[in-house]
Amino acid sequence: MSTYAIQLKDASKHFGSVIAVDRVSLSIHDGEFFSLLGPSGCGKTTTLRLIAGFELPTQGDIYICGELQGETPPYRRPVNTVFQNYALFPHMTIFQNVAFGLEMQKVARAEIRQRVSEVLEMVRLPGMGGRKPSQLSGGQQQRVALARALVNRPRVLLLDEPLGALDLKLRKAMQLELKELQRRVGITFVYVTHDQEEALTMSDRIAVMQHGRVLQVGTPEQIYEQPASRFVADFIGETNFLEGQVKGRRGSEVAVVVDGVLTLHVPAERAVGMEDEVTVAIRPEKISLHAEPPDAQAVPGVVEEVIYTGTDTRYLIRLTGQTIVTVRQQNVAVGSSACFAPGTRLYLRWQPESARLLMA
Amino acid sequence: MTHIRSRREALRLLFLISPSLFWLIVFFFVPLLLVFAISFGERGTYGGVRWVLNLENYRRFFDPLYLRIFGRTLYIAAATTIICLLVGYPLAYFIATRPPRWRNAFLLLLMIPFWTNFLVRTYAWLLILRDKGLINTFWTGSLHMGLLQLSRLLPLPIWEPLLRATANPLTLFGTDGAIIIGLVYGWLPDMVLPCYAAIERFDFSLVEAAQDLYANRRQSFLRVILPMTMSGVVAGSVLVFIPSLGAYVTPDLLGGAKSIMIGNVIYSQFMAARDYPFGSAVSFVLMAVMLAGTLIYFRTGRE
Ligand SMILES: Nc1ncnc2c1ncn2[C@@H]1O[C@H](COP(=O)(O)OP(=O)(O)OP(=O)(O)O)[C@@H](O)[C@H]1O
Ligand SMILES: [Mg+2]
Repeated sequence: MSTYAIQLKDASKHFGSVIAVDRVSLSIHDGEFFSLLGPSGCGKTTTLRLIAGFELPTQGDIYICGELQGETPPYRRPVNTVFQNYALFPHMTIFQNVAFGLEMQKVARAEIRQRVSEVLEMVRLPGMGGRKPSQLSGGQQQRVALARALVNRPRVLLLDEPLGALDLKLRKAMQLELKELQRRVGITFVYVTHDQEEALTMSDRIAVMQHGRVLQVGTPEQIYEQPASRFVADFIGETNFLEGQVKGRRGSEVAVVVDGVLTLHVPAERAVGMEDEVTVAIRPEKISLHAEPPDAQAVPGVVEEVIYTGTDTRYLIRLTGQTIVTVRQQNVAVGSSACFAPGTRLYLRWQPESARLLMA
Repeated sequence: MTHIRSRREALRLLFLISPSLFWLIVFFFVPLLLVFAISFGERGTYGGVRWVLNLENYRRFFDPLYLRIFGRTLYIAAATTIICLLVGYPLAYFIATRPPRWRNAFLLLLMIPFWTNFLVRTYAWLLILRDKGLINTFWTGSLHMGLLQLSRLLPLPIWEPLLRATANPLTLFGTDGAIIIGLVYGWLPDMVLPCYAAIERFDFSLVEAAQDLYANRRQSFLRVILPMTMSGVVAGSVLVFIPSLGAYVTPDLLGGAKSIMIGNVIYSQFMAARDYPFGSAVSFVLMAVMLAGTLIYFRTGRE
């Protein structure tokens, strides 16, 4: 048995007729920052609750640090949870909240005092021990929830959208802080979020979920650059989907005809047959725009709309009668000199490997 | 504290509360003052009140006879409160943790017996507890006869003490125990409802947090659920303890001649002895004890 912090083997959870988690298998390494990412209701929280022991799997097995959990109650599992709503005990002070887990483990009083003040220092809340949770801001409460879990030095920390209730700016700051903290303490983090940007910036690996199933597991780069399905490509970042039919093969590339007029050459990473309906996915930032055709691969188009968004400019470009793609260009130069006006005819170009062939 | 901003607003406020103020003054505060004044008076030769100012009535309360009754009253009220709590809290917990659509049905079941008149219900307990009541009919009847037949079939020495015990009725009626049973029965909903309200408001995700932090079920209850539903426990206890202290009907019906409470003393002073001043003084002592108890209880409950 290798040293996985968490392993799920074909774990399912049914609530009556609802299948919240559907045959999920995951192996999470020791010390890894692992994210569960997916839209609302896809079963992220339920997966986390299965690991914590608040729910028992309908089928399948869960291992924590190589040990089969079975019906082990939550209070005997070497994991701690940071709840989405923090679930701080309102009748206790911050100190009592953080000390709770240690008290339950019968740690000596002097050691409790020291570890609590250490961990409060670590989450940058020193001297707040005497306050009640209601006297703290949302961000501070979030840190207390984190401290209350971390003080127990668990093997695995489960976090359920811990930054969900914070405003954008605080959220960004906390993302960095949390990642830094995880690196420092070396605890395995299983992190639930529905925010793809958050998952990309923080995680070592991501599992993308939909309808209770895990669709793809990989590093942020793999998930972003090589999405395994249309859902993943769509959910993570922005993507242009061009639907067409396979009409030819040239070496390792296939020719896909879009709307019957536009031929794209795409690397064939998967087996496709002639006449198959496929989707070609291209990220908006992978496309460059040119006034003159740079080579034979370039695709002509007409600028429909120009949207200035600060760091970039987004162009909506019509390729064929029905197909419009989004192109994103960084605003490197000042002013509008580099801009293409609506109505301009131009040429689009991308690296062949930037285009992904997905099954329709 | 709300601050009243202007004279006009103050007048409007006074106008709005004047009906209830009037009610309180005329029907509560004035009679209370009257009773307080009478408690310093003297019994007239043919009843009635002689208006003198003395502390004789209060001194008389400290007679061992009355102190003993007062002590028993405190004991009965305390026992009633504790039993109500031990029965009522788990019941409230059970109801509050059912699916929402079941909760009202359970609460309704709890309330239905209380649509019957209190006197009738207490009288029913009399029929159950007295020497020829339901329990004793079974005890000295079916049970005794059954044992008798068993002892004939299987002549063993173990039947002897059992037969002797069931030969005579149990003394249930006329004891402190009978009063406590009657009071617990009467005031149970007053314990269950505030406890239910507190438990129903309780956020059970906090129990998950406690269990996540290695607290087992008992520890989660003692450290999280109980402290956070203490407001219900305090309110319920006060709502049971205070009326139990002043109970009159229940001890009168179930306590017989031997077991009486301070409420019966007050009643007999006003009705039988026609000693209004002493009755008033006892009332005031009781009220002072209730007030002090309530204050202390709320003070400690808040921490
Ligand atoms: N106790 C339960 N009883 C019945 N159905 C449940 C229960 N818990 C979750 N579900 C259902 O299971 C599915 C997955 O829920 P879950 O809470 O795991 O989603 P999630 O991915 O965490 O969503 P969100 O991002 O909104 O928190 C949902 O359809 C939900 O309605
Ligand atoms: Mg969730």
